[in-house]
Parts: sequence; structure tokens; C-alpha cells
Amino acid sequence: MSARGSTTRRTEIGLSILLFIAFVGGWEAAVRVFAVPAIVVPAPSAVMRALVAGLASGELVTHFWVTFAEVILGFVAGAGCGFAIGVMVGLFPLLERTVYPYVVAFQTLPKVAIAPIIVIWFGYGMTSKVVITATIAFFPVLANTIVGLRAVPREQVELMVAFTASRWQVFMMARLPQALPYVFVGLDIAIVLSVIGAIVGEFVGAQAGLGYLILQRNFHMDMAGVFAILIILSLMGIGLHLLVNAIQRRVVFWIDGAHDKVMGA
Amino acid sequence: MTLGQAARLIDARGIDKTYATQAGDDVVALARVSFDVARGEFVTVVGPSGCGKSTLLKILAGILRRSSGELTLGGRPVDGPSRDIGVVFQAPVLLPWRTVMQNVLLPIDIQRQPRRAHEERARALVRMVGLDGFEDKYPGELSGGMQQRVGIARALVHDPSLLLMDEPFGALDAMTRESMNLELLRIWGESRKTVMLVTHSIPEAVFLADRVIVMSPRPGRISEIIDVDLPRPRSLEMINSAPFGVHVAAIRRHFQSLGALDA
Ligand SMILES: Nc1ncnc2c1ncn2[C@@H]1O[C@H](COP(=O)(O)OP(=O)(O)OP(=O)(O)O)[C@@H](O)[C@H]1O
Ligand SMILES: [Mg+2]
Repeated sequence: MSARGSTTRRTEIGLSILLFIAFVGGWEAAVRVFAVPAIVVPAPSAVMRALVAGLASGELVTHFWVTFAEVILGFVAGAGCGFAIGVMVGLFPLLERTVYPYVVAFQTLPKVAIAPIIVIWFGYGMTSKVVITATIAFFPVLANTIVGLRAVPREQVELMVAFTASRWQVFMMARLPQALPYVFVGLDIAIVLSVIGAIVGEFVGAQAGLGYLILQRNFHMDMAGVFAILIILSLMGIGLHLLVNAIQRRVVFWIDGAHDKVMGA
Repeated sequence: MTLGQAARLIDARGIDKTYATQAGDDVVALARVSFDVARGEFVTVVGPSGCGKSTLLKILAGILRRSSGELTLGGRPVDGPSRDIGVVFQAPVLLPWRTVMQNVLLPIDIQRQPRRAHEERARALVRMVGLDGFEDKYPGELSGGMQQRVGIARALVHDPSLLLMDEPFGALDAMTRESMNLELLRIWGESRKTVMLVTHSIPEAVFLADRVIVMSPRPGRISEIIDVDLPRPRSLEMINSAPFGVHVAAIRRHFQSLGALDA
């Protein structure tokens, strides 16, 4: 079973690498054969050259760290607030009826639309980008925390109460751990949105960062340079997503770790 | 809190329970249920599915409010759960992030007692339910019957004087079930606990009990309470004895007359 599983896995990885090579090769060939101008679509080889040059000169590296710091700080602040408020709502159901409607109303505002205001309030430095990122990372964690805290089976609560558990004990021993898998779903969404949040913030007004650099290079019609940044951005997103997943597997170990996967699932 | 000294431990007078359902129509789960249980007695409850057995047990455990009627435990009216009760539900309801040992120790944690002082007893109980070697496994790694046995050990870990068990052996094979029956009788005999146990199996009900409460469905009420005068200690050979067969047949006939054959 497990031997067969790993064979399929290897075939899958092989296939997706082949697909990637075919795609990049086809792209390169198409650009050359049809002589597509570099300001429309750059050839993969040109993108690679831009990437290497940007890394060697340190330009990409400097701007990467700015954006990365905004993403991490905004994510931690937004997700932290989302989790904390979610827990408060879970503890005091009254809040859900009084405060939560306003939170939802805030969520329906497109963050892109309020980004210019935030830049005016917090300036062109990193702070405004961190705030924009935080407002975006906040909601998925909040909503999933609230749902997760409700996910405890009724019988579980009844059993604990039968053993004289207090409300607080039921919360700490059953509801909070039960909510963690949901919280991680929220964190995973939030980390990917955080990268978007930081870039949107930098588009609106910034002095550094990969989003700022995209605008600069766009202005100079350096398409290969822009594509090089997109590669860095998607690697950042994938890396952070994998990091959240790795932490999730350690924290909510009981979800699948121990079990064999369901056949056909 | 302990359950007082009176000879009569449970006294239920005219218990009614009506559930309000989502659809708006009420379900009468229990109607005028009256019985009592003496301290140290072993009482079993049989009845067709949906007749209110679980409801009755949850009311006794103090986690479900009765709609009307009087219920006292050791002379005190029941208005909440008690530390001196151990419960086993129909489903194991283990916490998936706790190991077998940690699940068994849950009542100790809830009662804020030091785990250290109860670890030995917990280990012995895990062994008693046939799970030695599984102390540090997680519920997701156990079969349904094994999970149910963890639930049984958990109900005993704080040494309660009243055990309320809702089909505790329902998920077990016949062999394990018989040995668990004998273990339960041994524990009961040694520690003079009071046990109220719900089962779907009429032979099991007779084998374990001093008295069998027979319930009828819709609305759930007690239709008969049967004294089982088989000698103690009981052994598996008794299952083939004539007096045993007489009791089982009487309860079967009773169900047949109600139009609901069970088990
Ligand atoms: N939470 C609830 N809300 C509404 N109705 C309920 C609820 N719990 C049980 N009932 C109803 O009460 C009746 C008795 O249920 P109960 O679970 O006590 O039966 P039971 O005798 O334990 O059945 P089984 O042998 O199948 O476990 C059933 O008709 C059921 O539909
Ligand atoms: Mg039941």
C-alpha cells in the first residue's frame, strides 16, 4: 500500500516536472518563432537573465526583504488580532451578535479601496503596508476561529460536563484544541493574502519593496525584470504556505498524521 | 461531594422529559418514570431503540434537565452533575489529541487533582480493559471497540460510587463483551459501587443485574421491573441454566407483546 503510494507520488512529480519543461520550452520557442517583442512577452531565457542580474546586484534582495518584512509583520498582527477576537467571540456569545456584524461590514469593504487612506494616515514607509496587510490577514483567521470554536460535538461537551467540567474547562480542554484545525485553514488563506496585501500597499505608495520595484520596471518597460519579480513573489508565497502547513502538521498532529489515507480519497 | 448515606441512592418520582425540536413539535421522550435504586445495587435498563434510555441516563447524570418530576441522589435533589458519578456514553467521545492515558485521566484533570497520584490506578484500569501497550496511542489509532473500552476506564478512574453506563459494550465482539461483563461484575463486587447500565442485549441485562428495568416506547415509560434472583457471584455457565432462560424469555415475551422485538 505505502510502496504503491510512493510510486504514484514519484510518477506524479515526474509528470509535473515534464509539464513544466514542456511549458517553458514551448513559451521560449513561441517567443522566438513569432518574434514576439520583449515588451509584450519576454522569453524565459530573458527572464532568467534579469533574475540572475537582479540577485547579483543585490537590488532584488534588498526589495525582497522589505516586502517580506511587511508580509510577516502584517500577517502576525492581522492573524493575531483575528484569533484573539475570535476567541473572545467564542467565549462571550453576546459579542457575536453585537460586534460581529460590524466586523463583517468592515470585511465587505475592498481593502484595495481603503489602501490610499491608510497610506495617507500611516505614511509611505513600511507601517502603512503592514497595516494594509494586517487588515487583509485578519478576517479569514477570525471567521475560521469562530467556526472552529463551535465545532465541538455536543456529546463531547455533555461528557465533560458530566465529569463536572466548568465552562472555562470545556473551552480550554475541548473547544480551543478542536478549533485549531480550522484556525490553520484561516492562517493558510491569510498568509497567501498577506503577500497580495503588501504588494497592493506598495502599488498605492511606497519607497521600497517588490511591488514598488514592479511599478519602476513597468515604467521602464522592463518586462523581463517584472517577470523576474513575479517569480520571486510566487516563491515567497509558496514558501510561506509550506511553512504554515509544516507548523500545522506539528500542532494538529491528530488530524491525519497517524492514519493511513482513505483509499480513493 | 459524595452521595450521602441513605440506603436508597436514586429516587425518581414521575420524571417527564419533553424535547423541543427544530420543527416546533415536541417529542415526549419520557413519561412518568418512577423507580428507585438501592446503594450497591446493579440495575440494567432494556428497551427498544428510541424509548428514552439515553435521555434517562443523562437526566440522572445531571446534564439534562427533566421537564417535571422529582429526582434525588443520596437524598439531595439533582440539579447538576456530581463528582461522585462516572459516566459512559453510547459513543466513546474521546479527545483525539489526548493519548489513551490522558483520556483516561480526563476526570482527574477536570477535578484539578494531581495526575501523578492517579496514574497508577489509570494504568491498572487500562490493563483491566485489555489495552496494555496502548497507553500512549491516540484514539485515531484504535478500533471502535478499543475506544469504547478507554471510555469505560475513564469512567472508573476517579473511583465514583455511582456508574451510569449507556450501552458500554455495544461496540464489542461477543468474547470481549463477556470478559468485560465479568470484569465489571468483579469491580462492582469489590468496590460496592452502584451501577445503572443500559443495554440492547436481554441476556446481558439479566446476567449483570439485580433488577432489570424494561421500558416501552413512545412515550418512553417503565413497563416492568424484573427481579433477577440468580445467585452471586455470577459465572458464564449460568447463561445456560434454566432460571436464567426463564428471565430472558419473560422479557422477550414482554417485548413481543409490545410489538417491538429487541435484540
Ligand atoms: N436532543 C434531542 N432533541 C430532540 N429530541 C431528542 C433529542 N435526543 C433524543 N431525542 C428524542 O428522544 C427520544 C429518546 O431518545 P434516546 O436517545 O433517549 O433513546 P434511546 O432509548 O437511548 O435509543 P437508542 O437505544 O437508539 O440509543 C427519541 O425519540 C429521540 O428522537
Ligand atoms: Mg441511547
